[in-house]
Order: sequence, then structure tokens, then C-alpha cells
Amino acid sequence: MSAETHHSVISGLAGEILEHTGVKASHCYQCGKCSAGCPLSEEMEYPPSYIMRMLQTDDPVMEEKILRSFTIWVCLTCEMCYSRCPMSIDIPKMMDYLREKSLKEGKANPRAKHIIAFHKSFLDSIRTTGRLYEIGLLVDYKARTFKVMQDMILAPKMLVRGKLNIFPELIKGRAGVSSIFSRSNKKNKKII
Amino acid sequence: MTLGLYPGCSLKGSSREYTESVLAVAQACGIELVEIEDWNCCGATAAHNLNKELSLALPARILSLAEKQGMNEIVVPCAACYSRLTVTKYEIAEHPELNETITKANGLEYTGSVGILNIIQMLDKYVTPNLEGRIIKPFEHKVACYYGCLLVRPHEILKFDREEDPQSMDELMLKAGATPIDWAFKTECCGAGLSVSRTSSVGRLSGEILKDAADRGAEAIIVACPMCQSNLDMRREAINSYLGEKIDIPVLYATQVLGLALGLERKALGLQRHFVPVNI
Repeated sequence: MSAETHHSVISGLAGEILEHTGVKASHCYQCGKCSAGCPLSEEMEYPPSYIMRMLQTDDPVMEEKILRSFTIWVCLTCEMCYSRCPMSIDIPKMMDYLREKSLKEGKANPRAKHIIAFHKSFLDSIRTTGRLYEIGLLVDYKARTFKVMQDMILAPKMLVRGKLNIFPELIKGRAGVSSIFSRSNKKNKKII
Repeated sequence: MTLGLYPGCSLKGSSREYTESVLAVAQACGIELVEIEDWNCCGATAAHNLNKELSLALPARILSLAEKQGMNEIVVPCAACYSRLTVTKYEIAEHPELNETITKANGLEYTGSVGILNIIQMLDKYVTPNLEGRIIKPFEHKVACYYGCLLVRPHEILKFDREEDPQSMDELMLKAGATPIDWAFKTECCGAGLSVSRTSSVGRLSGEILKDAADRGAEAIIVACPMCQSNLDMRREAINSYLGEKIDIPVLYATQVLGLALGLERKALGLQRHFVPVNI
């Protein structure tokens, strides 16, 4: 029996991941190389190989734990797990799917709020100007997180070294870029 | 010799010295780099973390613009942008049905005809073959070549260098007169996208990288990514506080080292812009 037929019935979250990303959680045989190589695993409640096992259980309780985990947000998509996986399972691609789903369903882990705030501030900057405006990003991030004092020492040092633009660079195709955002937001219930 | 250039956002702001050194080296070697007109941000980590369609449409717009402006090949010095652009090109080629969605979103035609080079590939292809006799100030220092994540991973898509012990930057440094060292953190992650939202993680990850380079006697760390450079350079305070010791090894772009070896002015390479002073 081939691996394909052996794992032919895949339902639940693992099935959903397979359908949308082509990533087969069922192929994981728990060697643990992903968790051993993951630079962030010590900051995760479930290292990558745990997530793979939890998906294989097809248990809604486990799936809920994954979507509400801090793991999926602290994952940096550094791609180390994928490069070392003997079954070539694209774990980072799966993490992208899980993050998007978690956010859409309002299940994002509260500990990840600063990480998500940063991503949102980043995308807001692009939506408005077409390019990243670093000062705008920091101001927006501070407004979202109330971390007002963070990096206040860094900014003047960057300015002196010519590393910060006072004004944003505005591209001509701003309307085009913002329409990319509105299109994808329509499909995603306005998550960003 | 003319090539398209996608600088990306960091190279216009916090990593200005990278642009300066790329342009200076290119000019010294007779390569004209033409910036893609009206380029946008590639979406970086934020887009692919939150929204797949956005993470493909933004880079596709850049590639479409390059096509429209008649470019056959572009160089993308930022490793993170290089990764996003290459992954997008790969995804659309593998799943042609995506093209329709993306073309609609962007209102621009996309055929996937533009070749994408990272900085090392560009130098290997167009600069190093003509270096004979041009290295007038060999960079005679022990260097730790730090590739980071996105220059080499995922190999299935990028097909650039080895994932565990890449060699391309080491070979380039040899040609610039430097002595690349063997070390264990060539492709470990610096913390990249968590720089602002979780600086403590960056302190730990970048700290381990710097510590290994220092223990093995590196006099400089050489990078090809603005995220790696700013984490290792600008976040040195967080790193030193994690390590409980002060490490003052500077972090240079490969193009800065090559520029120095070609005898270019330090200021033209932006060496004065570093947080950790470059005293070598």
C-alpha cells in the first residue's frame, strides 16, 4: 500500500490544510528534526513536530489548541524545518495557512498581540503609500500597542546616520496597490 | 551592461548603505542598474503571515512592472525581497490558475519572463569574472559569512546554494582577499521579523550567532540581507545584554567588502552609517 492510499482519508483541519496548501501533515513520522532545528521552539508551547502530531489526531480539541496557540505566531518562517524535514513537508506554508485562519476566526493567541499589531501596522503603511514608511510604521505600531517608549533611543541614532526618511515615498500606483488590499480583504472578511 | 534593480523598502531607509555599496560596486564594474519605476513593497513577512493573496499579488505587481519596462533580468539585493519575488514567480508557474486572480488584482499583465538574481548571483555572474587585477586593497581579515534564512531556503524553490553549509559568499570573500572561517551559524535565523515586536527573541537568536563568530576569531560578519544586518548591528545593545558581554565585531555587506577591496571610498560604501563602528 503506498503512502498516498494509506493516508487517503484525511479530514478535519489536516484535510483543510491539504486542500488549500497541498501540505500533507499525515506524512510526518515524528522524527523531531523540525523541533530540534527550530530556533523558536523553546518559546513555543507546541514545537512544530507537536503541531504535526496534533493534526494527525483529527481531534477538534487539538485543532482548537493549534489555532489558539502562540506557536503559530512566534514561528518566523525561517524555513529551517522545511529544509531538514526528511518527508519534505512544507511546515512554513502550513503555518501561514494556520495564522490566516486563526486571525479570520478571531482565535489569535492574546500573547501574540504585539506580533500581529506589527504585521498590521506594516501592511497599513504599504496600503497607504505603496512602500514601507518606517517612521509611520513605528508610530502606528506604538498607537496599537501603547509601547510608546520602545525604540525611542534608536530613532534619533538612525536619523543621524541617514537611516530614517522623515517623509514617506509615495508611489504613483497607490490606487492599484490599495485595490489589491481591498480585493483580498473582501475575501478575508477584512482582517487587515 | 544594464540590469533592472528592485531595491525594496529597507534599502531606501534603514539600510541605505547597502544601496550605496551595491550601486558603487556596480558602477566601478561598468554595470548600470536601472531601478524599476514605481515599484511597491513586496509585502515581506507581514503579508504572507496574514494574507496569501496579498503575499503573491504585491510581488507580482513588481515583476509585471519590470516586464512592462522591458527588463529581462533584475537584481534584488535584499534577501527577504528576493525570497518573496522568487516564491511568487514559482507559485504562479506551478499554479497557473493563480495568474488570473493576480492579474485581476493588479490590473497588469504577468508572464513570468523576468529573471531574478540575488546579490551574490549578480556578482558571480557579472562582477567576479572580471575581477582579475582589480583587487587593489585585499580585505585581509578573518570573516564569518552569514547567509541567514531567505538567501538559501527553501532550496526547492530558490535552487541557489547549499542549505546547511553554503559556500557562494565564502568564495566571493576569498576573491576579495578575506579569509572566511568555518562556523556553525551560517544559516541560523537572526530573528528578522520579530525585531520590533519581540526584541528579546532577536537578542537571543542574534546573540548566539555573534557569539559563535566571535569565539571562532571572526573580525567581521559578512551579510547579504538588510534584516540580518540591522538585527546584528542596530540591535547590538539587546544582543550584548543577552550575552552579558560586549561584542564589537562589525557587520558588513558583501558589497561593502568588495567595494573596499576594489579601492572605493569608505564613504561611498556608507561605512559611516553603521551602529557598530567599522574600524577595519
